[in-house]
Amino acid sequence: MEGKHSPVNKLFFICFAWLVAATLPFYSPAYVLLSITSILMYVTLTVSWTIFCGPTGYISLATATFFGIGIYCAALLGSSLPAPAVVLCGGLAGLAFGVLVGLICLRLSGFYFAVFTFGLSELVRHSVLWWEHNVSGTVGRWVTGTSITQAFYSLLVIASLSILAAYLIRRSIYGMALKAIGESEEAAEHAGINVVVYRIAFFAISSFFMGMAGAAMAAKFTYIDPNSAFNPLISFTPVLMSLFGGIERDYGPILGAFILTFISEVLLSRFPYFYTLIYGIIFVVVILFMPRGLAGLLGSGHQHKFMDH
Amino acid sequence: MAFLEGVKVTKRFGGLAAILDLSFKIDQGGIIGLIGPNGAGKTTLLNLISGSLTPTTGEILFKGKRISGLRPHQICKKGIARTFQSVKLFGNITVSENILLGSVYGKPRGLSRTNHSTETSDLLKFLGLAGKRDVLAKDLNIVEQKFVELARALATKPDLLLLDELIAGLNPSETSLACDKIKEIKKKGITIFMVEHVMGVIMSLSDRVIVLNHGEKIADGTPEEISRDRKVIETYLGEDSEC
Repeated sequence: MEGKHSPVNKLFFICFAWLVAATLPFYSPAYVLLSITSILMYVTLTVSWTIFCGPTGYISLATATFFGIGIYCAALLGSSLPAPAVVLCGGLAGLAFGVLVGLICLRLSGFYFAVFTFGLSELVRHSVLWWEHNVSGTVGRWVTGTSITQAFYSLLVIASLSILAAYLIRRSIYGMALKAIGESEEAAEHAGINVVVYRIAFFAISSFFMGMAGAAMAAKFTYIDPNSAFNPLISFTPVLMSLFGGIERDYGPILGAFILTFISEVLLSRFPYFYTLIYGIIFVVVILFMPRGLAGLLGSGHQHKFMDH
Repeated sequence: MAFLEGVKVTKRFGGLAAILDLSFKIDQGGIIGLIGPNGAGKTTLLNLISGSLTPTTGEILFKGKRISGLRPHQICKKGIARTFQSVKLFGNITVSENILLGSVYGKPRGLSRTNHSTETSDLLKFLGLAGKRDVLAKDLNIVEQKFVELARALATKPDLLLLDELIAGLNPSETSLACDKIKEIKKKGITIFMVEHVMGVIMSLSDRVIVLNHGEKIADGTPEEISRDRKVIETYLGEDSEC
């Protein structure tokens, strides 16, 4: 590969984008910073969703659960711990719950996996709602401790880490093993792959990033309740964004999250009444006419291979 | 100590016994054929050995150690590989990647990444798939897919290879090619336990044949003995058998 796609140019582009992002709080208006923060949040959720769901093809609809757990971690710990520790706790809580969910839906794949994870995340939402109402005696909680600049930097770091993790896993033998599991669990198992451990481990890794994103994002919400923290829409958005961007390429989910978040912010401010309608139309068009997403439209299409170095 | 041993193995599905009180011993080396009418329990027996299924009662020993109850990936790492009656490949990755996965995750040998790649190339050559190495497995025809599955099984470096109707569906020239490959695999010291319905193939390749009917062993011996066995002729081969 030569020309505009050479590794040096790619690296230069990544460094440049990072530098622009890292200095953003110094010169950009507050609302731009706010928008970029939520873009970074969706980038994290989408990219971490594709870590497990991309190669296996199992559609998880439990993203809201891990994100919400991160948010509640921040609400509970935000006043007593420094921000980075809060974010890490959110991630670890997401990881632990990811292991649990992974264990529960071990026997499920395909359609059943999607329905089950969605049901489970609704169960969690209602359980927290019940708990807050009957045990804590509150409806929502205030989140204290961080500024929007801090949330921005946290999410910049988390998004970058999730992209790096997704990139490395995709190129490793683990990424290939996950693909094999998605194709045939039985054959993968008979080829010596420990399907149970792989399914749980990589599902939990993606939950880790989702939990961190929730904990970092909590500051932006200031006030949370179970319905906003565990909003089911959060479970669907990463699926739509990665389909829109195309999961065959590393940059697909990033691009999808970036563009769709941007479009929805613009639509929301310009056409508040037609927002969901226009958003829906865009999506129908994408599914019908570009099933492999933006990346499929831009690139030659065939995914990179593991063995060509 | 037998290489592979079944001790009073029974597998029930609900009330139905697919394998009933079956004991067998297999020594290392050679080709053992497993035949019997449809529903006799041949594939069930392979599933029990490879760990897809666990015996209801009884146990299976490999090299003197109990393997029944272990998960398939653990049994694979102990040196038992298999192919499936209906081919189960990883369709959306390339042929060479299918084989590489077997090499990396099979019996642990402490190889480097380069060694795994070399091993993969050797297997591709051995089975005449070198030209297809970068093709997605799903784009191959069914015969090629069967060979990729065989290559993936061999890549795990098995001591015992279970073949479930590898020959079925192959034309005469493909059949003779497959038979040559099976003989070469035997020469490498790999013990082969194969289920097949093509009698000519089983009788000419096998050193020993086991016959199952209704989950029970009804005969066990050399191909010549089996083809003269009254019980086998009545239940499976038929009177006009030319074997």
